Parts: sequence; C-alpha cells; structure tokens
Amino acid sequence: MIKVALIGAGKMGISHLSILGAHPDVEIVGVADTSKMVNDVLEKYSGFKTFTDYKKMLDAVKPDAVFVAIPTKFHADFVEELLNRNIHLFVEKPFCLKYEQSEKLSAIAKEKKLINQVGYHNKFIGTFDEVKRIISGGHIGNIQHFLGEAYGPVVLKKKQDTWRSDPEEGGGCLMDYASHVIDLLNHIVAPINTVHGSLLKPIYSNKVEDAVYALLETETKISGVLSVNWSEETYRKMSTSITVIGSEGKIISDASELRVYFKSAKCPTGYSKGWNVKYVTDLTEQVDFYLRGEEYSAQIDYFIKAIKGEVPNNKNTFESAAKTDKVISLIKNKKNNA
Amino acid sequence: MERILFGDNQFFAVNHISDEKSRAQSIKFKEDKTILDTIDIARDLGTETFMCTTHDRIINICEMVRQDPEKYKNFSILPCMPYAHKYANAVTELGIVGTIQQYVPGNFFGTMFKGGLAVMSKDYISIMELMVDAEMKMFKKINTPVIFLQNVVTDLLLGLGMKDILKAYHDYVIKKYNVEPGFITMNMPKLLAMLESVGIENPIICSSINKAGFRMSGGMEIYEKTLREKQVRAIAMQVLGGGAIPARDALEYVCNLPNVSSILFGASSKQNIAQTISLIHEFDEKKK
Repeated sequence: MIKVALIGAGKMGISHLSILGAHPDVEIVGVADTSKMVNDVLEKYSGFKTFTDYKKMLDAVKPDAVFVAIPTKFHADFVEELLNRNIHLFVEKPFCLKYEQSEKLSAIAKEKKLINQVGYHNKFIGTFDEVKRIISGGHIGNIQHFLGEAYGPVVLKKKQDTWRSDPEEGGGCLMDYASHVIDLLNHIVAPINTVHGSLLKPIYSNKVEDAVYALLETETKISGVLSVNWSEETYRKMSTSITVIGSEGKIISDASELRVYFKSAKCPTGYSKGWNVKYVTDLTEQVDFYLRGEEYSAQIDYFIKAIKGEVPNNKNTFESAAKTDKVISLIKNKKNNA
Repeated sequence: MERILFGDNQFFAVNHISDEKSRAQSIKFKEDKTILDTIDIARDLGTETFMCTTHDRIINICEMVRQDPEKYKNFSILPCMPYAHKYANAVTELGIVGTIQQYVPGNFFGTMFKGGLAVMSKDYISIMELMVDAEMKMFKKINTPVIFLQNVVTDLLLGLGMKDILKAYHDYVIKKYNVEPGFITMNMPKLLAMLESVGIENPIICSSINKAGFRMSGGMEIYEKTLREKQVRAIAMQVLGGGAIPARDALEYVCNLPNVSSILFGASSKQNIAQTISLIHEFDEKKK
C-alpha cells in the first residue's frame, strides 16, 4: 500500500481524495486543510486523520506521497519542503507563479529521483492522446499552424473577489483556463517559446483577465493562435479544443470528438483518405472507479503506478509543467503588446 | 417503477460524444414548451415517467404540468439532485463553506461558521436535509415516486467512504417524502456493497449498463455478476454506450439482464422515442 496524504481539501483536493479513497493500492494517512469544518466532516464521516498544519501532518503520518491542491501561490514553498522530505508529489495545476521556481523544483525532484506529476488531466483524455499519436507518427505531414481554444461559464457577472480574482495569487483565466490549453499544445505540437503578442481582457472581473488571446510560435517555428474565454455562457462546462493544420491533413479535436482529414490514403490503420470521426468512447480505457471523467481517475492511477515502478514518470512532470509556466509568463510579458 | 423511463439529457445539451450535437440540442430545446411537447410524445407512447435533474428549467416544466392536472394525472417525475454544475461553479467561486452559505436556506450557518462554533454531526445531516428540501421545492404537488442522488455526489461520498451520509439521505427521503430513495452511480457494484454495509436492502440504483461496457467501472463482468447474484433494483442508463452500439443490439442486451427493473433512455425525435419503446417491448415479450 502507498501511504498518501492530501494538502488542501477544496474542490480539486476532495475530488482527488475520493478517487484515492477508492484506489486499491492507496491508504489515505492524513488530510491537511485550514478549514476546521472541512476537517471535521472528513474526520467524522470518512475517519481520516486531519490537521490544520501540514508540517505537523508530515511529521505524524510520514506519507510516501502527497497531493498538493492549494492555491498556486503556495506551491513553491510547500513543494520545496515536501521534496526535501523525499516525498513523491502530485501537484495541482498551474505549477508555480514564476517559472524559475518551477524549474528549480523540477531539478530537485529529478536529482532526488522522486515521482513528480502535475494535474493537467487533458493528457489522459483518449481523443487528445490519439491526436498526439497521429501527429507524432507524421501522418498529417509537416505542421504549419495550430489553434488552441477553451471556453466555459466560470465568471458570468461581476462578483465578489476571491483568490481566483487576484493575479498575485494565481487567479485569472490565463492561469486557470489557458494553462490547460498551453500545456496541451506544448505536448501535442511542440514547446512554445515565442509570444508575438497577447491580449488579456477583463470582461466582468476587476483585477484579472476573463479572456486571453495570443499569437504563439513553437521552438520548431510553427505558428499558432490561442483563444480562451471563461466568461462564455453558451458553454455548459469547460470545453477545450485544438486544431492542427499539416501539409498532409488537418485535425480538429475536443475532449469528446476527434475529426481528422487526410489528403491521401497514407494514413494510420483504422483511418482513410478524407474526413474521419472518432469518439472518446472508442478511445477511452475503462477505469476502476469513476468520479467525474475517466481522465481524473487515470492520472491518479498513473501517478500511483509510477511510484510502484510500473510506468515511467514521464507524463505531466514538473519539467513539462515548468515549460507551461514559462509560456504563461511570456504571455503576461507581452500583455497588450507591452 | 415503470419499465421504461424517459430521461432529460437531450433537453439540456448533455451529449457524451459531441459538443456539436450538444449545441444543436440547445437550439432545438430553447423553449420549455418544446421540452414538454417531447415529454408528451413519450407519454402518448406509454412512458409516463420522466427522470430529470433538478435543472432550473425544470421549474417551469413543473409549473406547466401543474396547470393541467387532468392531462398529467398519470404522469410522474423522478428528480435527480443536485444539478451538479450549479454547485460546482459556485464552489469554484465561493469555496465550499461559501457555497453552503449561499444555497442552504436559513441563516444559522452564517453565524455558526463566522463564530467558529463546533458543529455537531446532526448539523451536517441537517445541512444535507435542507439542501434536499430546497431542490424538492419545484416538484410541489407532482408525483415523485423515487428521488435520486446524482452520480457525482453519490460517487464522491462513495470514494470518501461516507456511508453514513448515504444512509442519512436514504432515511430522510423515506421519512420526509414517503417515497423511495434512489442512487445514480458510475460504480454500481462498489456502491451496492457500501449500501448493504449500512443495512440498505434491495436499493434502487441507476447506472450505465450497456453492451459496450462504457462507464461500467471495474468492467462489465463484475456488473453482470452483481446483477446475477445480488439483490438490487437496477436501472440501466447509457444503454447505447454513448452511441457506440446500434439500438437493436443495445436494447436486446439490457432487456435480457437479470435484476434490471427499468431502462432509462432519452431521445429528441418521435421516431427515435417510438423505436426505443417498441424494441424494449419486443425483447421483453420474447423473454416471457
């Protein structure tokens, strides 16, 4: 059994905790949260040991692995402390506010050979995984251009301020929504290293942006557009999609449906010349416990398997998350063509 | 419980395989009247039970139903609560405590949290009860023979091992509304084991059951074994496996499983509604 503890029992933390609770190889040894009420409920009804001070928890329960699901601004300090204690780590996205911090933590984790993963769950979605396979196989030829999009109904009116509306604390659409798309583009197309211009637009929020538009370029000189808006009420929930145009074809994919066009019959098995449509239902592997999407269970299972040495620690590593943080910082620096 | 239940996903742009189809559904069912007209088509074909989430738009549907008691005298609704996206969006914005404060009626929480007073176990259960009551308001005077807990909540509690809260929900629905409690889940065998462990016998459990094994967590075999060997009143949903299986094969599979009391399906067109209902009847007849 892997002894796992959680720091931060908010929306993501509780979701992870439930999936971990159902995992056959995991023993939940402790939960640290600042809310007395949340701790109280978890003690009374789940029987978990809870703590308000995470260091006291680490001393008391000695976990093999910790899930960190606290606001991003705390990640750097907490993660460094945890790495120094030789604990395997799963950290919620985005990784750190400053990419220099992310790079430093990635180096420590590597040196200490600790399993490290960040919660960019899109990489565990069957359609996006298939897009990566098609592109890596060279099946749509040389990539010319991409479009990464995400829309959803998070901020639909002027509201009271929380940490999500404070740019210093990792709030805003860029950190929250756009980070997912950037991370996916880095993974599927190639790492982005240049931002030619960006617009960060408030719609309802006072201090943060509700929409992000940017012109991007990868280190392999592929151009692309990022278009993200979390004040979009025509969507029922977050919807992420990517379009990739290549010399031999084109792919349009979201989390549920993959459409791919091949110019010739030189395409992978199961596909043919012209348009092809595949659904996530055909591309998704069964999970043992389902809470809110196979990808949430799959990423946790992957992390646990990596600790057990059954899979390589090469998905959503601190290193890849640091590259995403770097692009976020490039977009901020180019803000409104500064 | 009726053999065939009419579902609501198609009305609220829930489509598991295509965002584009979702959008087309949003456009088609823009008016509440169109939703009720489609429910009427299912009723005319003998399916008088509508199973739906406690979406805001159901408030208006219920109002229209109340206005014509004669027409809807045999009609019943099976509410599924809560409408999760409403709370999920609120938690993102207000946090967990803030969400409870916003959605739980009465102001004693405000003072309790702010004062940092100790909260007794019975208070947590009463929060749950108040939330059930708040969601049930819209169904006043409408026959609701089963009240379901949505899968995201059921499964969250299941993973967290909070069996006493599941039991408290079960008992409250019986005590307060004198109807049957039901549970929606994506983890039917695990949930059944937990419900049995707190003394709930032969529960009503709605879960994905289909020939493709889609969203049958842990695998089809364990589901089929559970249906064969355990006592459960199962409702099969997602019988088409998210569109992966042709209707005839899909319905033949579920109709022939033991312990599947009801089949839940959703469809937008009269043709699809009629076809599904007649196929279920056809396979049920053959079994006799």
